[in-house]
Amino acid sequence: MSWAIIQQSLPQFVKGFQVTVWMSFVGIIGAMVVGLCCSLIQYFHVPVIDKIVSAYVELARNTPLLIQLFFLYYAFPVIGLKMSAITCGLIGLIFLGGAYMAEAFTGGFDGISKNQIESGEAIGMSKWQLARYVVFPQGFALSVPAIAANIIFLIKETSIFSVIAIPELTNTALDLIGLYYHSNEYLFVLVIAYAIILIPLSLLLTWLERRVRYGTFGD
Amino acid sequence: MTEKILEVEDLNKFYGNKQVLHDISFSLNKGEVLTLLGPSGSGKSTLLRCLNGLEEFKSGTIIFEGKKVIPTAKNWQQLRQKIGMVFQSYDLFPNMTVLENILLGPVKVQKRPKAEVEKEAKALLKRVHLEQYANSYPRQLSGGQKQRIAIVRALALHPDLMLFDEVTASLDPEMVRGVLELIKQLSDEDHMTMIIVTHEMNFAKQIADQVLFLENGTIVEDTPGKEFFEHPKTKRAEEFLESMEF
Ligand SMILES: Nc1ncnc2c1ncn2[C@@H]1O[C@H](COP(=O)(O)OP(=O)(O)OP(=O)(O)O)[C@@H](O)[C@H]1O
Ligand SMILES: [Mg+2]
Repeated sequence: MSWAIIQQSLPQFVKGFQVTVWMSFVGIIGAMVVGLCCSLIQYFHVPVIDKIVSAYVELARNTPLLIQLFFLYYAFPVIGLKMSAITCGLIGLIFLGGAYMAEAFTGGFDGISKNQIESGEAIGMSKWQLARYVVFPQGFALSVPAIAANIIFLIKETSIFSVIAIPELTNTALDLIGLYYHSNEYLFVLVIAYAIILIPLSLLLTWLERRVRYGTFGD
Repeated sequence: MTEKILEVEDLNKFYGNKQVLHDISFSLNKGEVLTLLGPSGSGKSTLLRCLNGLEEFKSGTIIFEGKKVIPTAKNWQQLRQKIGMVFQSYDLFPNMTVLENILLGPVKVQKRPKAEVEKEAKALLKRVHLEQYANSYPRQLSGGQKQRIAIVRALALHPDLMLFDEVTASLDPEMVRGVLELIKQLSDEDHMTMIIVTHEMNFAKQIADQVLFLENGTIVEDTPGKEFFEHPKTKRAEEFLESMEF
């Protein structure tokens, strides 16, 4: 392993790092928005749309991101929808992540005890009031662990962006290896780069899970 | 003249194919306390839950304050402000302080002015000797304290009828008294109309104006309180009282 080779490659890795970070960030925020909307539609049983949402969730969860990206990048232009690789990557991540986030939120809402709901009903609350004051505040707290797991999962999934040549971390490493063959060095940097993102983030999320849980339920 | 607050006629309730309440009919006078007694599984909780719409029933009529209840979700939601219910497991909302728990119904459901309700809530808390816990979270309270708050939460809506389903059953013995005293006070001082399911026979004997004795979903006896405990009409009720050993 040569330190010089690593050093030379760093500027490119820094760029790749930035791409991975910003795309993950935007994709995850988008996925949470989509997931929350979907789970609200399911919670309130909005007619017809809730069936569409269920179908979407099943489809997105049961197809690999790789295939979703191929579709967006290679198949959509055939029907006249040509998008940049970056756009395809973000849409793909939000499409996949939205379904996972929907499941996470729904799991939280479903996890609220029947007794809590009934004691809300017993003071005359409407379905909407129950949702706003009882189900959602507690449901969010219950869904935090699943959301945290999804965040980590989605960041790792961004490595698949390399197949449509988005210059994120994995793509950067694969390109460098293709050009200069120093696979030990480049893979080493790649691992370190992901660890720099994921390890502090997962510690932060674990801390947050505990905070939210204690703040809401007191244990 | 005594005024009837609640009349139930021929109420039938099924869970699937299994009938759990058979032709339940009784009435309750304003200001009186009705105690529902009966062995486990006799349908006491189910009956209470039918009376505030938490369970649907197959047939029968409920007349509350002179008006026949049309059992739609919206009507029950309105009626629950008049018919309060407290459960065995108290179920305060863990994400809110004691005061927020109490204010939720009056302020959000009944849209009463917050300042006014808050004053009233504090007075109620004082009455149950828990005023110092207004800004605490339920987790900081003992079971007995939580149950008293749950009762206050229901009272804050100004109900005309209160339903209590074994509200002391999950409390440590030393906590039971405070809760029972509060219920006794509500009857003696506020003349609150109440239906109480309890296994505390001494308490039932003290407080009951009327006793319904249920078995297998049927009313076996509907007797004035004093009489029920001294001379039950049926053999079955007599056996039940003996088995309770109080
Ligand atoms: N959700 C339910 N689904 C099906 N059967 C039920 C349900 N809830 C209660 N039952 C049945 O209905 C009958 C009456 O139950 P209920 O809980 O009203 O009795 P109870 O008198 O309150 O008993 P306990 O003293 O044990 O609380 C029982 O046979 C019970 O098994
Ligand atoms: Mg019961």
